[in-house]
Amino acid sequence: MNALIAENLTFSYGTRRIFDRVGFDPIAPGQLTALIGPNAAGKSTLFRLIAGLLKPETGKVHLGDTDLDTLTTRTRLERVCFMPQFFTANAALTVFDVVMMAHKQLKGWRVNEADMIAVGTALQEAGIGHLSEAYVSELSGGQSQMVSVTQALIRKSDVYLFDEPTSALDLRHQLDVLGQIKSAIADRGAIGVVALHDLNLAARFADNLILLGEGRILAQGSPAQVLRADAISNTYGVAIETSKGPREELIVHAYAS
Amino acid sequence: MSDRTLVSGDAMALVRAYKLRNLRRILLVCLAFVLLAGLVVIDITTGPADLSIWRTIQVILDRSIATPKEDVIIWQLRLPVALMAIAVGAMLGVAGAEMQTILNNPLADPFTLGLSSAAGFGAALAIVLGWSVIPAVGGLFVSVNAFVFAMLTSCALFLFTRLRGVTPEAMILVGIAMLFTFNALLAFLQYGASEIQLAQLIFWQLGSLARATWGKVGICFAILLLMLPWFMSRSWALTALRMGEDKAAALGVNVGLLRITVLAGVSLLAAVAVSFVGAIAFVGLVGPHIARMIVGEDQRGFLPLSALCGALIISGTSIASKAITPGIVYPIGMITSLIGIPFFILLILGQRKRHWQ
Repeated sequence: MNALIAENLTFSYGTRRIFDRVGFDPIAPGQLTALIGPNAAGKSTLFRLIAGLLKPETGKVHLGDTDLDTLTTRTRLERVCFMPQFFTANAALTVFDVVMMAHKQLKGWRVNEADMIAVGTALQEAGIGHLSEAYVSELSGGQSQMVSVTQALIRKSDVYLFDEPTSALDLRHQLDVLGQIKSAIADRGAIGVVALHDLNLAARFADNLILLGEGRILAQGSPAQVLRADAISNTYGVAIETSKGPREELIVHAYAS
Repeated sequence: MSDRTLVSGDAMALVRAYKLRNLRRILLVCLAFVLLAGLVVIDITTGPADLSIWRTIQVILDRSIATPKEDVIIWQLRLPVALMAIAVGAMLGVAGAEMQTILNNPLADPFTLGLSSAAGFGAALAIVLGWSVIPAVGGLFVSVNAFVFAMLTSCALFLFTRLRGVTPEAMILVGIAMLFTFNALLAFLQYGASEIQLAQLIFWQLGSLARATWGKVGICFAILLLMLPWFMSRSWALTALRMGEDKAAALGVNVGLLRITVLAGVSLLAAVAVSFVGAIAFVGLVGPHIARMIVGEDQRGFLPLSALCGALIISGTSIASKAITPGIVYPIGMITSLIGIPFFILLILGQRKRHWQ
């Protein structure tokens, strides 16, 4: 299958080294992978390296047999859909407009019936149909995050990278949005990586976890494996315990010492 | 289509709302076109000659029926001015719209980036010192000087962005530095100028359509015909840019390249417009703002309507400049500021949605 692999990635912002020969094991399609790690661990940077928005000094990212560096930026970004973390637009564009823009992916001036139905359906399925005619400048933080996720999911890509898609959402919408992402990844047989701060959400939704810290991949595997590893306590600088919740789900507890 | 049956009624309601808005957008653009045609005819009729509107339309449509007097007044004197008004208005409107888009700044227009003051300085060099930057251009040397200086300014901007990266803040700041530099240099020239030269200089700085000729009108329309389709072909990328650089880049837009190429196109439009008619303030600022309030910022509606709004403003101003005192044609730049600013403030006060915060 077309797994996503990175090897030997080295990257610095100026003189500040972020990654030194970092790689991760193949990420299998159809499963949701959560990228976890403390602030400034390099989660967004890793996403940008995969998407090709930043160029590594050394190393390669492969999708199946394809070396992503051999693709043009445009093609690479069509195959790898990256949702950046922050989105504050003050533009006089409606939600329908911006989702249409993501759907068209800079191609073709005309908008046909099928395009419009695709966008209408996507908005409806994402539960933001009522915002369709609202201007993006009037949305709350949580609403614009949901629009952002819809913009990503309407695109047909092989790899989806979501940078903190739930940071501004309330409890119900966190579950909704991650549920949407998970089922979309499974249905499309695509590769999905979500950067998350909330370890409980990561444990609930992800099939695999990647722990990033100190410029390295510290652990990769099933939630039970990664969350019980020593590395996670060391990286976050807190004591981490896990237990089983009332519905047999993995629950993470953090203690300051 | 088989999935058509699966589409929910709610989704179709969203599609209908979008279609309705698209239809409204197209209707508004058509309406602006009709309005513009009307203004052009009124513009030609206005002035001392007692032409009737109906007769004017007939003569415009069929030159052969014109009396010699009508031929001179309509075809040789007033039609070039009226067409120059809409060409320059459209050029400034488009230039302002795209500058605001690429710089993500509501105050950007050919003035903010120093293009107009550079052009003014170039013209002043020609008027006061008789210097021509490019020799052997004959009577056009004021315009050519203005154009060369405006283009040099954008080259300087371009070079600066090569050195320091293409951020909107840096571009605006360099633009403002240019603005003050050229204003200071202009003041130097004005200080040393004779009274006649000073009068000429001030006339140039106030902006005037009076020097319009068919040749200049042709150049303006040719450039518009070249640039508009090109900007339109970039419309998704430009719309995406309004969602923020990160978003646009993630969609595959080469943000730096887009900014530079659009800046080059915009400079050409603004430099040509300013070099032919002098400094006409606020059209590049107000036109796009009106368009944005009416149709939003999807470039497919925003760009044509910005051009049309710019054209409508200058065409309307041209009429006003002749109608205020019969027999006197006021410099048009004066009127655009006088009419434009209060109108603009009214629009801002009455605006429910704020898109720049």
